[in-house]
Amino acid sequence: MKKEWPLWEVFIRSKNGLSHKHAGSLHAADAEMAIENARDVYTRRNEGVSLWVVESRHITASNPAESESLFDPAMDKVYRHPTFYELPDEVTHI
Amino acid sequence: MNLEQQFQDKIDQEIKIEPRDWMPEEYRQMNIRQIAQHAHSEIVGMLPEGNWITRAPSLRRKVALLAKVQDEGGHGLYLYSAAETLGASRDDLIELLHQGKAKYSSIFNYPALTWADIGAIGWLVDGAAIMNQVSLTRTSYGPYARAMVRICKEESFHQRQGYEILLTLCRGSQDQIDMAQDSLNRWWWPALMMFGPSDGESTHTEKSMNWKLKRKKNDELRQHFIDVTVPQAEFLGLKVPDPLLKWNEEREHYDFGPIDWEEFRQVVAGNGPCNKKRLQDRIQAHEEGAWVRDAAMAHAEKRSKRKEDALTNRVA
Repeated sequence: MKKEWPLWEVFIRSKNGLSHKHAGSLHAADAEMAIENARDVYTRRNEGVSLWVVESRHITASNPAESESLFDPAMDKVYRHPTFYELPDEVTHI
Repeated sequence: MNLEQQFQDKIDQEIKIEPRDWMPEEYRQMNIRQIAQHAHSEIVGMLPEGNWITRAPSLRRKVALLAKVQDEGGHGLYLYSAAETLGASRDDLIELLHQGKAKYSSIFNYPALTWADIGAIGWLVDGAAIMNQVSLTRTSYGPYARAMVRICKEESFHQRQGYEILLTLCRGSQDQIDMAQDSLNRWWWPALMMFGPSDGESTHTEKSMNWKLKRKKNDELRQHFIDVTVPQAEFLGLKVPDPLLKWNEEREHYDFGPIDWEEFRQVVAGNGPCNKKRLQDRIQAHEEGAWVRDAAMAHAEKRSKRKEDALTNRVA
């Protein structure tokens, strides 16, 4: 029998108040082992207070080749930014 | 602009290439080859040092060495993961190593004969590796660069613990000083070879540099390593085994004697002192661990099936 353990993506919260951030990936037979391996591999020096593991095959990613059209709708909407609105200098705290 | 020009353009602008981005097949293959070779070096590199864990002279030295060897395992794993983002399979990469078709750093084919060698490995071998790896934190492939950042952060303790071992020996008895000198004599030249052949003879250099897979040339890194390491040897009171080593005022670098590239070629070709032993140990560890990997998978499958069955029954 020859079967590679599934691949998992590891996310670490470095401290409370910050969101989990992708750290890397690893192989594990199940979620429990993935958490244990993630602890041993990615948090040997107090890098985190919380771990998430997600099996890689469950992640749907956008296609970089289509990123232009995907993100295009945000390009021409300058009115979504505060600097679009012209206010006199005398007005403060706004 | 065609795809390849767009790709080169991104690299020239220092924009990282990420896993799902378009890339030339050759770039993909060169990356897999380089990253896998690097990963194999980490894993095989555990062997010469692992040999000394049970014989470390104090508990302090033992926990440090244990932590270092564990780090090397972790580094191998970060790197295999980076190679996997390019579509390589972990099992295939390891299979190639075991068949002798993939290379690893030739330095690990030398034996660690004395405790001083553990000092010399940390100081010189890790020192040389760090020099290379720091330059690779700027490599063009995103996952590889990120793995390098993580590795470099962890490696600096490796080099310091090695130097501390030698410092302790050099402040000890004459026998201890001799042991330290002997290890420097044996590790100095192989450490210089770690940077690879001179750039004129290295076949991959030009493309690697254009694609920013490599950021610095072999000779440049080697010179830098010598320049920073010689004063460290002097501080220890040890003599670098190179009669031609001399500070060159004009170049502001050390001049050094010729490297025995025939020895390097022999070791790379499989004729070093420990090539067979290293590969044998790797294969044995992998084969003897097979039942554990299989059992873990079978257990996970059984548990997940049980969960599924319970769910189906509830619905019914």
